[in-house]
Formats: sequence, structure tokens, C-alpha cells
Amino acid sequence: MRYLPLSDTDRSEMLARIGVNHVDELFADVPKNLLLKEPVDLPRRKGEWEVERILSRMSAKNISASSVPFFVGAGAYKHHVPATVDHLIQRSEFLTSYTPYQPEIAQGTLQYLFEFQTQVAALTGMEVANASMYDGSTGTGEAVLMAHRVTKRRKAVLSGGLHPHYADVVRTLSEMSSDDVVTMAPDVGGTEDILSQIDDSVSCVVVQSPDVFGNLRDLKPIAEKAHKHGALLIAVFTEAVSLGLVASPGSQGADIVVGEGQSIGNALNFGGPYVGLFATQSKYIRQMPGRLCGETVDADGNRGFVLTLSTREQHIRRDKATSNICTNSGLCSLAFTIHMTLLGEAGLSRLARINHANAVKLADRLSAVKGVEVLNKTFFNEFTLKLAKPAAEVVERLAENGVLAGVPVSRLLPGAGLDNLLLVASTEVNTDDDRAAFVAALKEVL
Amino acid sequence: MLNRQGRPSSAGEAGTTAHPTFTGNKALAQVEPLLFEIGRYDTTGVDLDEPEDFKPRLGGLGRKEPIGLPGLSEPETMRHYVRLSQQNYGIDTGLFPLGSCTMKHNARLNERMARLAGFSDVHPLQPVSTVQGALELMNELGRYLITLTNMTAVALSPKAGAHGELCGMMAIKAAIEAKGEDATRNVVLVPDSAHGTNPATAALIGFKVKPVPARDDGWVHVEDVKERLGPDVAAIMLTNPNTCGLFEPQVAEIAKAIHDAGAYFYCDGANFNAIVGKAKPGDLGVDAMHINLHKTFSTPHGGGGPGSGPVVLSARLAPFAPVPFVRAGQDGFELVEQESDAAEKPFGRMTAFHGQMGMYVRALSYMLSHGSDGMKQASEDAVLNANYIRAGLADLMSLPFGNKPCMHEVLFDDAWLKDTGVTTLDVAKAMIDEGYHPMTMYFPLVVHGAMLIEPTESESKASLDLFIAMLRDLAMAAKNGDKERFIGAPYHAPRRRLDETRAARNPVLKWTPPAPVAEAAE
Repeated sequence: MRYLPLSDTDRSEMLARIGVNHVDELFADVPKNLLLKEPVDLPRRKGEWEVERILSRMSAKNISASSVPFFVGAGAYKHHVPATVDHLIQRSEFLTSYTPYQPEIAQGTLQYLFEFQTQVAALTGMEVANASMYDGSTGTGEAVLMAHRVTKRRKAVLSGGLHPHYADVVRTLSEMSSDDVVTMAPDVGGTEDILSQIDDSVSCVVVQSPDVFGNLRDLKPIAEKAHKHGALLIAVFTEAVSLGLVASPGSQGADIVVGEGQSIGNALNFGGPYVGLFATQSKYIRQMPGRLCGETVDADGNRGFVLTLSTREQHIRRDKATSNICTNSGLCSLAFTIHMTLLGEAGLSRLARINHANAVKLADRLSAVKGVEVLNKTFFNEFTLKLAKPAAEVVERLAENGVLAGVPVSRLLPGAGLDNLLLVASTEVNTDDDRAAFVAALKEVL
Repeated sequence: MLNRQGRPSSAGEAGTTAHPTFTGNKALAQVEPLLFEIGRYDTTGVDLDEPEDFKPRLGGLGRKEPIGLPGLSEPETMRHYVRLSQQNYGIDTGLFPLGSCTMKHNARLNERMARLAGFSDVHPLQPVSTVQGALELMNELGRYLITLTNMTAVALSPKAGAHGELCGMMAIKAAIEAKGEDATRNVVLVPDSAHGTNPATAALIGFKVKPVPARDDGWVHVEDVKERLGPDVAAIMLTNPNTCGLFEPQVAEIAKAIHDAGAYFYCDGANFNAIVGKAKPGDLGVDAMHINLHKTFSTPHGGGGPGSGPVVLSARLAPFAPVPFVRAGQDGFELVEQESDAAEKPFGRMTAFHGQMGMYVRALSYMLSHGSDGMKQASEDAVLNANYIRAGLADLMSLPFGNKPCMHEVLFDDAWLKDTGVTTLDVAKAMIDEGYHPMTMYFPLVVHGAMLIEPTESESKASLDLFIAMLRDLAMAAKNGDKERFIGAPYHAPRRRLDETRAARNPVLKWTPPAPVAEAAE
């Protein structure tokens, strides 16, 4: 077996040195009747080429985003990731290292985490950011728990513009923790009256912008009302590129900002791994979940970085910890940081403008098609169409014609009576040809 | 000596190096400033054309303030991060015996497979007709995990080990609620030797944690469990093989006692890698167990993630598995994404999409490569290697539970350091100077000054022989009073020991531009 260095001679010599005759003597504590005599009922080992053939065949059954006009979003976005990013994250010393518990030989990881935290804080307009969460949705669940710790209240109000899967994650966690959740009705137009839900019993309001239907939300009045009642505003985003063009949640008064960072540096990966961004104000850092990297000095007075404030964490506090989290999304946060470094402020702003411009062009072209209505007054790179036919059916037909047109709202919110709504996203990868193909295919189907 | 950023240069000028350099660099050991000290706000490493004029639809919510993100050109970016990487220790650098973390070889075939466009460049919400191969892969991975564990179902979506624990405990909570016992069954038994994630997970969803004390043989005893069982107990969270590196010989009796009391057996599967192909957790009475794909099935640790923590479930818990899950239908694979579409009673949803697809591909690639024979051999070699280290060090270092066989990792305590003035931490730092990553220190908590060594099956006999010889040399040095070698260590790493107290007392969690006055003073 190519991955196992021991030869049979080595094994015999080692068993002799240990003082046993057979390796199964080392498994003596396993109940005799439960120790397997034969390999389990799965195929035997395979060479590289055989494995590559099996997996390549599976891969070939899927339609990849780059191979077709592609407009699918709703929480994950097709962006171009520079080749440099993928090369650097495969450096052995990044790829095969562990959580930096021995900081003297993990400064590479620690320094990029410090850079990551600084970038995320800047992007969100917040004072501090952690070293990342699993993804945006689990980060949102953790943000709600954090708000409960800060306010010592246990009721969250979820906007009807919050991604339904994010809302499900929060609801699952809250139900299991016996906390209260109020989920507002799906809010296609971004006009819900969330202010009326805020009173002195509320721990936090969770508002996404751009919301799942693409609308931009003015967070300021929500923050004001929340603060008046001692509640926190948790601002959520699923498209990190939007922050290059849209006012930051921090500038609008958010107390916790949490979002999906996949768009920067990370591939679609059929849903994961992604990278959750999590930022807040300095006064709340001891209630924050997740890992934090901090600056310090070594015995010679040289600057260095360490994981810090670990007294919040499970390996120290056990059942009193702020979270059970034991990992971050290390390599994905590295991809984020490298891509963001390549972009810089100038590149990110321009990338965001291109995304917005492409979405505006697409919205204008689609709204000219008979049987299509664009519902958004505002949007960044994603908007909602109202079609003359059920969106799920239209998407299937368009897929047959080689266009991946978006996400039917009914897939996220079945039974909500929104069957004719379609979420459509457009990024920098879309061309005039892609838009023309979409319009032509749609005309044919409607 | 200051470098060109006005920062003290690194690598021990205070005492260890007699030949300071102008730059602060030491040949291949390069000083690398922060991105924020070398980047420029008008620099970018990507070529993008400014869009033509268009009418924005931002409704007055456009950004008005600058962001504060410096950029670098592509060559500068490459050099910056390559230099940072060179300050890291990885599995490919050398032996990485971090107990309980399973730092085994990360085959690059798995990286190549994960990057196939049909896996990496597909969207989680594409029509299922366009992702049949991706669903097939998830289904196949699930089949492998179920076969290896003899369990009934698998929830793939948890994003890491602790997330898997949460998923398993949620399934248990849902099952208890379905029986109408949620008002009374609210206690979870957790041995003192457990990972910190176990009690943290149980507490997170409202369970009360009742510890089970450790005995001096390193095992959990069935009578200690029985003593704590009652109608209030929901579950036990037991790690097996346990964190002392021992298989729990009474596991079947413990499972029976738990089940007889109407409770569930959660097994922390962090150490499953010792018994893959040798024993099946389902045969041991387990109801739920997470599997760390990043340990047992070698998906890269990546400096702390991403992980992946699928949970296998017994027949009693299978109906409560969360959405989404893959189901084989008449016209190919289906993806059940809504609780209302499931025939069973899913307890909810763990994450927005379908979990860590990139890790599923790598893990399946590992399993296909090893096959049933190779996975069994890997477990045996991992156990053999750990016992070889035990045999090689038993006379000089101290084994808290006697010199008996261990599983894939061997646990020493610090009794052998008594009166030397050297601590476990000092030994770890001296190992760094010798070119090794230290073992896990001070865990499990039940052993004083714990040193948990897990060599994995990836090490050759020659590599182990040198590692043993190195530790024997360190042990003799400590016993002979050569404290200097330990208490100042590491001397040769990119940094000397770092002041963690200072970092926690006055947290500096991001870069801020230095005040001009302060810079002049430096």
C-alpha cells in the first residue's frame, strides 16, 4: 500500500521489540467476539489511476458552473478565483499544519489569521473579527447565542429576508436550547415592519442585506430601535463582494456582523467548505465564539502572534464555554485573505462595481421579456423575477437547454405560495453572450 | 537592530546569534512584515476593467467611507505568503505526533480529485438533475461510513467534529422528545477524560453534565456508570478508543447498562482511526458517533480547518437525522432538503447547504485508495507504531497506567520529570529545536503533565527509531540536570517562546496604523 511505509520485515521486528507475537495482541481490549477477522465488505485497494478514473466519471456527470451560462446564487456565488490563491493554499506548510497551538513553529498560520481578522474587521466596519466560523449559516446561529449571552435574554427576531436555510439553522439551535425565535413571513419586497417586533424582551434582530431576495436593507433605523430596547442588531450577508460597494453594516450600527466569505477566494464546492466571517465591537470580545489570534512578543522581544482569549473556549471551560467550537475554517480563511490581498481596496471596489453593473444589465434585459417582471427596487448582484410560470419548471427546462438560470424560491420556501419567483444572480464571470443565451432560452420556455 | 519597517528583527538577536544582519533576515529565514505594512491602497493584483456607465440600483445605500484594505501585486502576494508558509511546521516537514489529532499523510491525489470541476465548480442549489455525480459521491461516502461502522444511517452535513457531536446530541434530544421524556431526561454523563467539546456540546443544548471520574487504570468502569444512571439520564458521551489511548474493555457492558436505563450511547469518534476495519462501533452498542474525516480519512487539517464531521446513527436515532440527505430514487439520486419532504422525523438543519463536499471527495479518494485491506492495515500500523514508541521509551519516561498495550497513541505523564525542574511544556519546546512538532501537552486532564504521542501509520521504522532516540536523549539530559536545553527552548525556531499572558491581558486582535509619534520614538 503506497501510503504505508512499514514492510512486513519492519512489522515483525517491531512486534518482537514490543514483545508480542501478533498485532492482534495489541487489540486485546477489544471484546474477542467483536474483533473482525477479515477485512470489511468493501473493495480492495486501488492504484492512483483507478481512483482517478472512478471519481472522474462521477465528476463528469455534473454540469459545472464554468461550462454554461450560470446565474445561480442564493447564498453561494460563482466568482473567478486567481490561480495564485489555489497554489498558495496548497503549500505543504499551510495545507498540512494543525491549529497553531505551538506558536513558535506556526507563525505563518498565525500571521495570516491576524491579517484575516484585520481585513474582515475593515470590510464589515467593525472593531474586531474572529479567525472565522464554519460558514455563514452556523456563524449566524452562534451570533444569536452570543446575543443571548450579552443581553441575558433569549428571544431572537428573524427577518423574512434572512436566507431560509440560515433561519432553519438558527431555529434548530434555538429549539434545542429552548430559546424563543420569531420568524417573520417571507419578505419578497423588503418592506416588512420589523420595528414593531422589537421590545424589551428581544435579545436580537437578525437582518440580512442584501437579503435573500436581493433587496438592500437600511439597517440604521433597525439598529436605533434595537438599541433603544437593549437589543442587538445582527447583520447578515451572504455575498461578501457586496461590501465593496454597499455601506458597511458597522457604519449602520450593527452590533454583530456575520456572513459568508465564500465569494472571496473559495470555489462553489457544492456547498462547502466555506468560511464564515464574524465581527463585533471590542466590548463584546469575551462573549465571542471561535478562535482569536492576537499580537504579542517572544522572549527576545520580537513581535509574534498567538491564539488568545482561550479561556472562552471548550478545551479550558468545558461545559461553561461560550461555544463548543473547536476549529475554524483555516485554509478557507487563508484563501479569503490571499484573494483579498490580490484585490486590495481598488480591486474589490471595482469587482463589486462590475458585479452590480452586470446584474443591472441582466435585470434590464430580462424585464423586457414577456412574462417576466423584476421585483426589486434595489439590489447588488442578485434579484427576484416573477415569472408567468412556476420557476422550478422553468429552471429545469432552461437546464436542459444549457442555461443554469437561478434558484426557484419554492426550493427554499416550499408551500409559501411563491412558486413563480426565481432568484437570479450575476457576477463578473457573466458575459453578453451569457445574458443573450439566458434571454433567448427564457423566451422559448415562457 | 531594526528592519526596514522599523520593527525589531526576528530570530533571537538578544542572545543566540553572534552575526546580526542588516535586514534582520538569516538566509532562508526571512523576516516578513504584515500585509498592512507593505500593501498600498491603490495597488491590485487582479486585472479588471471598469464597467461602462450604468445606473446603480443601490437606493442610496452605497458605501461612502473607504474600506482600509491594502493590496499587493501578484509577485508580491506570492512572495509574502510563501515566506509566511516557511514559518510553519506541517506533516510534510516532519514527524507530527500530536495525540488525538491524527496527523497522517495527506495524499495529493485527494487534492487533485477534490478540484475536479464536477465537484469543486458546482453550486449547492443547481437542479439536482445537473449534479447526479455529486450526489452519487455523497451516497457512496455514506455507504462506506455505514459499512465500516455497522450503523443504520449517516448525517453527512456537520462541518467539523464538534459540529458532528452537536448533530448526534440533537438527534438524541429529538428521540427523547419523541418519547415524551424531555422534561425528565436532561443529564448527560461525561467522563473526566473526555475532549472539552463533549461537555460544551451537551451544555449548549441544555443538558446538565454529570462527570464520571477516571479510575487509575485509565478506563471507564461499568459500575461507575451504573451508579449514575437513572430516569434523568439522557445519554453518555464516551470516547472510544479513549483519550488515554486505550480501548474501553467494558464498552459493551456500558452500552447495555445505558440502553437498559432508557438512555443513548454517544461515542466520540475522534479516535476511530485506531479501529477502522478492526471493529465496528455498531457492534459495540453505539447509537451515534461522529467521524472526523480530517483525522481518520486524512483530509488536510489546513492549519485549523476546514474539518468535516459526519455522524453515523443507529436504527433508534436514524429517523431523526437532519436535512439535507441523499436518497436513491427511481430516476436517480434525490436530495431531501425540507423536513416536510422526509418520510422520517428530521430534527432540523445543521448548516445552509450539504456539508463539506470538498472533504467528502478527499475522504472517499482515501478510502478507495486504501480499500478494505489497506484501511485495516493502516489501523494496525498506527497501533503498532504507537506501541513501538511505548516500548522504546517505557524505561525512561513514565506511563500513568502501567506498561500495557495502547491503541494508536501512547500517553506519558510527567512523573519522570520529578525534581528535574523541567516541565512537559519545556520538553515540548526542546522537541521543536530537535526538528519535531511536539506531542499533545496537558491533555487529557486526568493525567498530570500529560504527553500524548500519536505517530500515525505514516511513519517509517527509521523515522520512529530516530524519534525514540531523540526523546531518550532529551530524557537523559533532563535527568542529568541540563535544564538550559529546556527552559529557554526553542532557540532555533522562527520565534522564541511567546508571551501568551500579555496577549490575553491586552488583546491586540488586528493591525492598526502606528501613531507617527510612537514610530519616531521606536
